[in-house]
Amino acid sequence: MLSFLIRRLVEAVFVLLTVALLAFVLFRFVGDPVNQMVGQDTSLEDRLKLREQLGLNDPVPVQFGRFVWKAAQFDFGLSYQLKQPVLGMIAERLPATLELALAAAVFAIAVGIPMGVYTGIHRNSWLSRLFLTISLVGISLPTFLIGILLIYIFAVTLGVLPSFGRGEVVKIGWWSTGLLTMSGLKALVLPASTLGLFQMTLVTRLVRSEMLEVLRTDYIRFARARGLPNRAIHFRHALRNTLVPVITIIGLQVGALIAFAIITETVFQWPGMGLLFIQSVQQADIPVMSAYLMLVAVLFVGINVAVDMLYAAVDPRIRVVAGSA
Amino acid sequence: MARPGAIERREGWRGQLARAWDSDLLASFLSQKLTIVAALVTVVLVLAALLAPLIAPHSPFDLRTISIMDANLPPAWRADGDAKFPLGTDNQGRDILSTILYGMRISIGVGVLSVVVALTIGVTLGLVAGYFGGRLDSAIMRIADVQLTFPAILTALLVDGVALAVMGSHRSEGGEFWVLVVAIGLSYWVQYARTVRGSTMVERNKDYVQAARLVGLTPLAIMFRHVLPNVTGPVLVIATINLALAIITEATLSFLGVGLPPTQPSLGTMIRIGNNFLFSGEWWIVAFPGLTLAALVLAVNLLGDWLRDALNPRLR
Repeated sequence: MLSFLIRRLVEAVFVLLTVALLAFVLFRFVGDPVNQMVGQDTSLEDRLKLREQLGLNDPVPVQFGRFVWKAAQFDFGLSYQLKQPVLGMIAERLPATLELALAAAVFAIAVGIPMGVYTGIHRNSWLSRLFLTISLVGISLPTFLIGILLIYIFAVTLGVLPSFGRGEVVKIGWWSTGLLTMSGLKALVLPASTLGLFQMTLVTRLVRSEMLEVLRTDYIRFARARGLPNRAIHFRHALRNTLVPVITIIGLQVGALIAFAIITETVFQWPGMGLLFIQSVQQADIPVMSAYLMLVAVLFVGINVAVDMLYAAVDPRIRVVAGSA
Repeated sequence: MARPGAIERREGWRGQLARAWDSDLLASFLSQKLTIVAALVTVVLVLAALLAPLIAPHSPFDLRTISIMDANLPPAWRADGDAKFPLGTDNQGRDILSTILYGMRISIGVGVLSVVVALTIGVTLGLVAGYFGGRLDSAIMRIADVQLTFPAILTALLVDGVALAVMGSHRSEGGEFWVLVVAIGLSYWVQYARTVRGSTMVERNKDYVQAARLVGLTPLAIMFRHVLPNVTGPVLVIATINLALAIITEATLSFLGVGLPPTQPSLGTMIRIGNNFLFSGEWWIVAFPGLTLAALVLAVNLLGDWLRDALNPRLR
């Protein structure tokens, strides 16, 4: 177990260093950092002084070391565009994105599992077919089209839900939450369902195929033979055994949720990190881009390692394979 | 595979395709109505895109024929519509139908070309990794693993953003097109590489490869002339599904405003423009490009699903 853990951690560090190198190359070699920071009328002398201050004259490996060291302390310098510390800008936007991703995951589970159970038990009913058709559309259509469609139906035509922004937010320390006000919750509905739709279809299909598999096994047959009611068989015996892969998928998909939040946030003008990232791409604001990249890498790698470990804890076979390899 | 290696080697991809076509592919194609519909929709849309200069009622790039007076006209069947513009006009007075036809050229063009880029990179790296093995193999697969950690859309966004930043003020309209192609191509090569690597590792030990080696062919010739034709089946399936993904990615990037400029509208750019007019009631600016994109992606996806099932021997 320990050697497996160490191997995963070494791999994780390798990935993070690769991404850091990428972010560093971006920062250092795409455009001249000094030119980006000063105005047209800055004298050559001042430029050279700034260059020395920023350490741009040191050997490149030293600069990279310093970059990693600073990044480890969440110091990404100043945004070219707004001249503010990048860390503050991201911290301000982080709660919005995390709440959105969380709500999307909850939506995917809360809707996906019942739909998967139903379509698994009643294979050929018309409702199952409808669910599966919806899930096919959910997988095929681009996220932003679904968002626009939802806005058109619920915001423009029916006028029941807001189409942009977070509504009223409450500050808890530095964390701003929209979960405590009515308008905040209302504003969350459309973006969260747009973002979570793909994961919902994933959960539905996964639970359905697992249910189909499990319902064929002997222990379900014995449970039926014992005369247990259908409800107990379906939920206590069958569903429980489908949940391990579902949890894994959801865990792994958290990263995808945060990445795809870029699109959802743009459609709904949701003031999160994704919107910040898109703006920084449009304006070639390299420090913000590389900070976002590093943050997302840490999140993804962390999630991957956590899921791997959970999996190894749940399923001993994985440990054996990893140990013998 | 009970057949001797020598016969396998001679067949090549054309023989393989012809054999598949003779036997099951055509039969399974005709047995599924949905697939036929999907194929028809794809053919019609691709033809419409190719023939856009001939069939489009207006030229969206010809500034002389565009009049701001015609802006935001509704579709022709509405009372205040104009018969000259069957699907209405956008905020600059461009005919929606014509812009969709020209937009599809860009969407399909970027899609197909980026699939070619992804396929070339992926298949080459997969062949090299699978054939040589060892350090080279683990290096390539490690890179693939790192890239798989991130969703493709993020990679595409990043490559696109960086390239645009490097180009800076030297942006040219043709340049942005190729930046998109490369950015999307670079985000989807991993799947090809993994699949081709797997099958190459199996093929490497077969008799025909040994024979080719004995004859004294170079590794390059063996990989591309002899191994490659025997690993193309799965590549074809991945490419079809990849095409749908690439079209979506292009549309997404253009929608996010980091793809093509509004002067060169793809379907995603049109949806981005139309999205601003959703609340003022001009639904047609976003609806028709949106429907076209949805139909295109859905049709290509269905074709890919069918191809996957038809070429998968386990499902027969």
